[in-house]
Amino acid sequence: MRNLKRSCLISALSAAMTGQVFAADMVTELGKAEGQVSIVAWPGYIERGETMENFDWVTKFEQATGCSVQVKTANTSDEMVALMNEGGFDLVTASGDASLRLIAGKRVQPVNIDLIPSWDTVDDRLKDAPWHTVDGVHYGTPYMWGPNVLMYNTEAFKEPPTSWSVVFEETTLGDGKSNKGRVQAYDGPIHVADAANYLMHHQPELGIKSPYELNDDQYKAALDLLRQQRKLVSRYWHDAFIQMDDFKNEGVVASGSWPFQVNLLAGEKFPIASTIPVEGATGWADTTMMHVDSENPNCAYLWMEHTLSSNLQSDLSVWFGANPSVPAACTDGRGMQTAEGCTTNGMDDFKKIKFWQTPVSKCASQEQCVPYYRWVSDYIGVIGGR
Amino acid sequence: MVDGALAITPGRGGIFGRSSDAIWRNPKMFLFLLLLPPLLWLGVVYIGSLLALLVQSFFSIDEFTGLVKREFTLKTYRELLHPANLDIIVRTVSTAVVVTLSAAVVAFPIAYYAARYARGRWKAVFYLGIMLPLWSSYLVKIYAWKLILAKEGILNWLFAQLHLTWLLDAVLAIPIIGGNSLSVSYLGTCIVFLYVWLPFMILPLQASLERVPVNLLEASSDLGAEPVKTFRYVILPLAMPGLIAGSIFTFSLTLGDYIIPQIIGSSRLFIGQAVYAHQGTAGNIPLAAAFTVVPIVVMGFYLWMAKRQGAFDAL
Repeated sequence: MRNLKRSCLISALSAAMTGQVFAADMVTELGKAEGQVSIVAWPGYIERGETMENFDWVTKFEQATGCSVQVKTANTSDEMVALMNEGGFDLVTASGDASLRLIAGKRVQPVNIDLIPSWDTVDDRLKDAPWHTVDGVHYGTPYMWGPNVLMYNTEAFKEPPTSWSVVFEETTLGDGKSNKGRVQAYDGPIHVADAANYLMHHQPELGIKSPYELNDDQYKAALDLLRQQRKLVSRYWHDAFIQMDDFKNEGVVASGSWPFQVNLLAGEKFPIASTIPVEGATGWADTTMMHVDSENPNCAYLWMEHTLSSNLQSDLSVWFGANPSVPAACTDGRGMQTAEGCTTNGMDDFKKIKFWQTPVSKCASQEQCVPYYRWVSDYIGVIGGR
Repeated sequence: MVDGALAITPGRGGIFGRSSDAIWRNPKMFLFLLLLPPLLWLGVVYIGSLLALLVQSFFSIDEFTGLVKREFTLKTYRELLHPANLDIIVRTVSTAVVVTLSAAVVAFPIAYYAARYARGRWKAVFYLGIMLPLWSSYLVKIYAWKLILAKEGILNWLFAQLHLTWLLDAVLAIPIIGGNSLSVSYLGTCIVFLYVWLPFMILPLQASLERVPVNLLEASSDLGAEPVKTFRYVILPLAMPGLIAGSIFTFSLTLGDYIIPQIIGSSRLFIGQAVYAHQGTAGNIPLAAAFTVVPIVVMGFYLWMAKRQGAFDAL
């Protein structure tokens, strides 16, 4: 993460404008609410009780502030960046691989944390996170974060697996059968980072410093590991519900996954559990960011305050199987989340997580790294058996 | 002369009257106005967007920044020839061929029965039976098939009840088409493709079989041809246009589909999925565009062959 921060510093400095100039454009005081706010968000992130009645963190906000909330959902980080480039929105819930692109492209504005009374309640680990703080300037408020855990079937594993090796190397599982054809992996190029993360621990001689910053040799080693994994995997997963179905009907017993699936399967009394193995895990962290030309800055600030102070953090973390950015939301009963629930979702595993970011050629830890588009084409090749 | 002058009535006044007269005097103008909206649709929206796509495929992505370089180059097409990408093309086209051939084999007896023997109420039942799957949601059908083909699904259960699990295992042990279970093998992908596109093969085939005159079959038999010979030399050639028309549907639909191989199969990409991955997550629009050119070229060849076989004569 420190490397990432350094890379942001460099890019910010090399840009004509520095953080200080940006800071001058920051909102300094709040005026009257404009009556509306439009947000680009991940599906399921902003619920007003229409999907399930108990999950509503919009209605009260609208009643209290008079700002009506309009939501535009986006399915990928690229879609979010495209929508923000197009303009016409006030806020976006950007993941780590989009947030820095938005800052570098000057599509978002600095946020004045003095105008957000609940800023102090934000998790200290997230306050200055490098995916939204560049050169000491905050470009948003933390929203949600979560790990990519190792989900496993407790009938096949007598003891919780301690290493990701169960999905990378052929082994005999606790039930005496091979793991071949019974493990899954994520069907997205970002999974290369999981392989790199595994190698970071098991082949230190490669010198991988960040799983998102790989030179050609490290990248090749990661691909070789993934080719080996291809022999074990019958089907890769990208849709949470298909993965759950594969665990139920296809005999799959272990896979990288999200707490979301673990919670749902456990809720159905399926013998399931999850762990973060010794190598650590990858994960995602999202930030509420404000468009540089936001037409409703007052409502936008009110919403950011609302995301931190209301039942949102607590109920959304239950709904999405994620972790609140305000630790108090786990325990103070503002919503449905409990301390145990937060622990299940990975609240205590922050240090073990390497948060998603977009691999770029100009990386901080090496001279030259393999950029993301090559991850895409090569991962397609790996899945195709090349 | 006076009478002749009276035959030409004076022009009617008003904008509607005048334009109506103008249109009546210029039949070609009338035709032009009638055709303009559909031509605009076809020309601008349909062909225009296709051309915009084709142009993209001649750009390339900058390896350093990942941005699209808007300069003419064939680099993206060279990239299409990389083994991994070539694999995707071969995989998709050969699946389309297999699905089309099996659809022809399965559809022929059904269409023949419907055209020759089904009468009255049975004909209605037949049509309903063919069309019914088309009315329900495509996604629901595919998810249902995922459950049917799953390792712990109903088909495996059935094989187990019949003590035929060894047979299924033997089939699944065949390299390439086999796999861990039907739902993660090419075999499963093909079965679902076949199910989903079968109506598109049956209907044109039945239409062409109905046009085969019965007296020709009788003549063939009178001249001493066995049924196999009649089929080979009379029915099949006459049904060919329908067969080819149906195969155009099954072939092109399989070529373009990206949902079935995503849910059922071994996660190896098909052309549609590759396009989705490249333009959606990677921002590599030139390569995505180059990939979409492949089915266009393949279908172009296919239609040209079909035309030579006379598939469009009946249109």
